[in-house]
Amino acid sequence: MSADSQTHDPLIELISATVSQSPLDGSRPVEGVNWTLARGDWWVVGGAPWSGKSDLLATAAGLVSPLDGTHRLFGRDVEQMEDDEFVRERMRIGLVFENGGRLFHNLTVAENVALPLGYHRNLGAVEAAEQTAAVLELTGVTRMADSLPSRIGRPWRQRVGLARALALRPEVLLLDNPLGGLDWRQTVWWHEFLGALAAGHPHFDGRPVTLAVAVEDFRPWTGCGRQFAALKDNRWQPLGGRESLKDTSEPALRELIEAGHP
Amino acid sequence: MQPQEATSKVLQNVQSIMEAPLPRGYLSYTGRMLLRFVLTVQGLGAFALITMGVAITKLNVATHVIRPLIRGEIHRAGVRLLPVVAFVGAALGFVIIGQTVALLHRLGAQEYIGKVMVTVVVRELGPLVAALLVLARVGTATVIELGTSRAHGEVEALEALGIDPIHYLVVPRMVGMAVSIFALTMYLIIIAVFSGYLFAFIQDVPLLPGDYVRQLAGALVWEDFVLLALKTVGFGVVISIVSCFQGLAQPLRIEEVSGATTRAVLHSIVACVLLDAVFIVVFLLM
Repeated sequence: MSADSQTHDPLIELISATVSQSPLDGSRPVEGVNWTLARGDWWVVGGAPWSGKSDLLATAAGLVSPLDGTHRLFGRDVEQMEDDEFVRERMRIGLVFENGGRLFHNLTVAENVALPLGYHRNLGAVEAAEQTAAVLELTGVTRMADSLPSRIGRPWRQRVGLARALALRPEVLLLDNPLGGLDWRQTVWWHEFLGALAAGHPHFDGRPVTLAVAVEDFRPWTGCGRQFAALKDNRWQPLGGRESLKDTSEPALRELIEAGHP
Repeated sequence: MQPQEATSKVLQNVQSIMEAPLPRGYLSYTGRMLLRFVLTVQGLGAFALITMGVAITKLNVATHVIRPLIRGEIHRAGVRLLPVVAFVGAALGFVIIGQTVALLHRLGAQEYIGKVMVTVVVRELGPLVAALLVLARVGTATVIELGTSRAHGEVEALEALGIDPIHYLVVPRMVGMAVSIFALTMYLIIIAVFSGYLFAFIQDVPLLPGDYVRQLAGALVWEDFVLLALKTVGFGVVISIVSCFQGLAQPLRIEEVSGATTRAVLHSIVACVLLDAVFIVVFLLM
């Protein structure tokens, strides 16, 4: 396999997919999703609140099945996978939730990060401590390691959510509105950190991490994202690269690009 | 139509029936209650089977994480309940056993004292009271904890990390509660029996400690030990499964957690009483 094909091999594919996380709540699903997340990509998926961004990421990560269409992880159809195999493949994908990262409220910050390490590598607290400390250091939350999530601010919880998602050194990182409610200082940190991950961070032995970010406002991402798409009127709408994004004349998309969502 | 879409439509229909205003007709009301009962039993049964399957297939998975959780649950549902179980056991001994001993003595039926003790305390009251104490103290807390976790999306976060929520959240609670109720029942029976004798002694019942213990030992048969162990473990499994089912198995909003807690208590009591009845029938048939 050539280096180029290794760089662009598809990691997550949704083909003619209809996605909805909660079909019982009456919300309309997002239809016609044809999304291929290839190695080395940095996708930015924009949409207004309640447009289905979180549902799309949850489906891509394998947390929920698409209502229709095909879902492939690392080249294999999810429907054809055994349970154990599916869990193994899913562990290669990290997911950072919005609004404080959905941390486990009864565990400290360090325990939150250590949990996936302990569970999947069967490590006790002491054995996992070194790896946990490295991830906490990486994300700048070492000083709050012994605090409960309720005792730290939302921007820091968001970072702990990132640390927890990175604990298993995933190949793909999906982030749901990571800059929501953050001040400029935190925003700068996230941009620099994600940029370093995409370029190949030393913590990952220089291996670039493939990124997909769901956002409500394209503006902070136009300088770093490589591929762009939007969810509009419950439809998947690929926009292309940075240059195509600038050229779009679609009014609703221009709102996302120029002035944020209404 | 895709199978998933069809299932979704069926679920939507059932949901709309369950959420419809309470029908006025008696028959409609009964039908609705029956449907709710069937759905609950079906859900509980499926949840119990899944939990058992996970407990067996993942016996040696992530032991460094799961075993400390089991120890924590035994501490929470067992060790921390020792004082209240001691108090209830002593009260039970004084109120019920002491009075029974005194009454049998007045009737001249002292030879039945051991039989009555074993029937009332070992077979029935001990396991049931220990189970109800664990339900009140830990079962309700479990529903609130899991319901809150579910409402805050922490269960999805576990799944995103590749951690089986049943293995991480339910199995340790099930094992912990089963072990705790068994141990607490033993503790409660011993305290109740001794406090009962103390009460009888205070009432000047001429019964020597040696005779009392001999009567108890004579009334006990091997089936008592086997059924006692099975029954207490069964109560632990039932309470943990019902509590975890109410907290986990359906999407909850934070304001729905209190309702789920009430349901868990009612369902647990009904399930424990039914299980108790099954054990009585088994014992009578043996």
